[in-house]
Amino acid sequence: MATTLTPPDTDDTSVPPADLPPGLERNAEKAESRRGFLIGLPAYAYLVLFFAIPLAIVVVYSFATRSPSGLTVLADWNLRSYVRLTDSLVLAITWRSLWIATFTTVVSLVVAYPFAYYLATRPPRTRAILLVLVMIPFWSNFLVRTFAWRLLLSSDGPVTRILEFVGFANPRLLFTPTAVIIGLVYGYLPFMILPLYASLERMDHSLVEAARDLYATGWEAFRKVTWPLSKPGVIAGSILVFIPSFGAYVTPEVLGGTGTTMLGSYIGRQFVGTASDWPFGSSLSVAILFVMMIAAMFYFRSGGKDL
Amino acid sequence: MSIVDAGSAPAVAEDSVARPRRTVDRVLAGNAWMVFAFLYLPILVLIVLSFNDNDRVGVWTEASLRWYGEMFQHSRIMGALRTSIVVAVLSTAVSTVLGTAAALSLERFRYKSQRAFDGLLYLPVIIPDITMAVMLLLFFVQAFDIVLLVTGVGMSRGLGTITLAHIAFNISFVALVVRARLSGLDSSLEEAAADLYASRWLAFRRVTLPLIAPGVAGGALLALTLSLDDVVIAEFVSGAGTTTLPVFVFGALRRGISPLINAVSVLMLVGSILLVVGSLAISRRRTGG
Repeated sequence: MATTLTPPDTDDTSVPPADLPPGLERNAEKAESRRGFLIGLPAYAYLVLFFAIPLAIVVVYSFATRSPSGLTVLADWNLRSYVRLTDSLVLAITWRSLWIATFTTVVSLVVAYPFAYYLATRPPRTRAILLVLVMIPFWSNFLVRTFAWRLLLSSDGPVTRILEFVGFANPRLLFTPTAVIIGLVYGYLPFMILPLYASLERMDHSLVEAARDLYATGWEAFRKVTWPLSKPGVIAGSILVFIPSFGAYVTPEVLGGTGTTMLGSYIGRQFVGTASDWPFGSSLSVAILFVMMIAAMFYFRSGGKDL
Repeated sequence: MSIVDAGSAPAVAEDSVARPRRTVDRVLAGNAWMVFAFLYLPILVLIVLSFNDNDRVGVWTEASLRWYGEMFQHSRIMGALRTSIVVAVLSTAVSTVLGTAAALSLERFRYKSQRAFDGLLYLPVIIPDITMAVMLLLFFVQAFDIVLLVTGVGMSRGLGTITLAHIAFNISFVALVVRARLSGLDSSLEEAAADLYASRWLAFRRVTLPLIAPGVAGGALLALTLSLDDVVIAEFVSGAGTTTLPVFVFGALRRGISPLINAVSVLMLVGSILLVVGSLAISRRRTGG
């Protein structure tokens, strides 16, 4: 049978085109949408069970009570955990996470964009080799790579020695925000490079040549052709870097100190040991998720409208 | 140098435009080498230090394989290694199939509940690791409580819960990669196949699948990487007995750095590099043959 794919311009399946026999067309389209739904169903069912329901449980826990012994009592529902979100300590940690994540994203974008462009404009053979060279650190374990910086930045490590040699008196990088930012950029740079590369590689480079033929300067051609076409990559890359940086847990634990606690590690602390407070940890999780979704929504919206 | 020249030489004729482009190319190349240095130097330092015989990481005495010997004798490290591999393979297999199906379903069909599913699929990507870890911890605690109450069977967190958790976030990442590939494809090829009376399955196997294959392979490799990479979620959903290798290393790091951890780290590095080389060899044979 000759199955037809749904034409891209018909968004609403319930309205058949006027000039076709309505009954037949509607049946075919119904079968088609049912098929599409069934293909996706296993993934959706899985995500409902292991994502949506766990999310609902966290929301429920955030209204629960912590007993004096540290256990969670699923009764006496209250908003105390949410009131604690405005504690000055929580606000300070949130602000710190925000600027560290923003800084990390900007640095990654500035470094990765020219790099991805360079990669995408190489001849295919060179490109393949360079791409492998990017992939190797990307595939290497995140924790291991973070740990490598702990060795590099430690008081008798190479970076400290070099800084001393250059003339800095008593340089101390480990356990500072700088160390955390270095670790985050190092850890998440491939997440920026790869989407950028994907969108730049797919781009039709004859468009740039056409712009140049029409007397656009290199900068104009970049701004009017390359940048808009690479925007999906920029958005995807920035989200992929910002989000894990904002909720970072491993990096501040390994490279940070007492003064660099970020939201992720603060949440983690609510769930381990005798001082644990699951309802408070849950309300923090709900809050971080809420902020993240709003940020992502704004980002998608502005990215869609901008160009 | 030949790398730089090959890119710019044929495209630009000897007019005034050539000069600035060559400068731009040189800056781009310089940036590229710096990025490579940034990416590789820390790894090299780690590898060199793992061969240090001294008990203190920062003090070099002499090269030896001492810490590698100790690592292979360490039963907890070897157990954690096995757990990591089993979890990664299982979660990748399941999430690649489910994620690819979800991507096709969202990109190539239109149905009512699509937008809700779209959101559900994106959330695990957007959500921070720690939030997902907390969610799944509370879920498993709650679910096991209910199971104990209803059936009297006591269940504990371990390999199973880690695998289930990894599938949950990997589905979304696979779907994301495959969708990126699908949306960049011209659907007219698939329509042409349908017009030529190819059955739905034949059109998928002969046209769609070869076209999205790089996306599916990329998604699967991303899933494998993310599974082997994960510390946070595995730490929260693993039990007392079973942990993955990253969780073991993270725990050890909290107590301080040691040369043994250097050796384990290099083992993990070598494993990932073998993975890349292996997957490249496979993909080359497939496309070349």
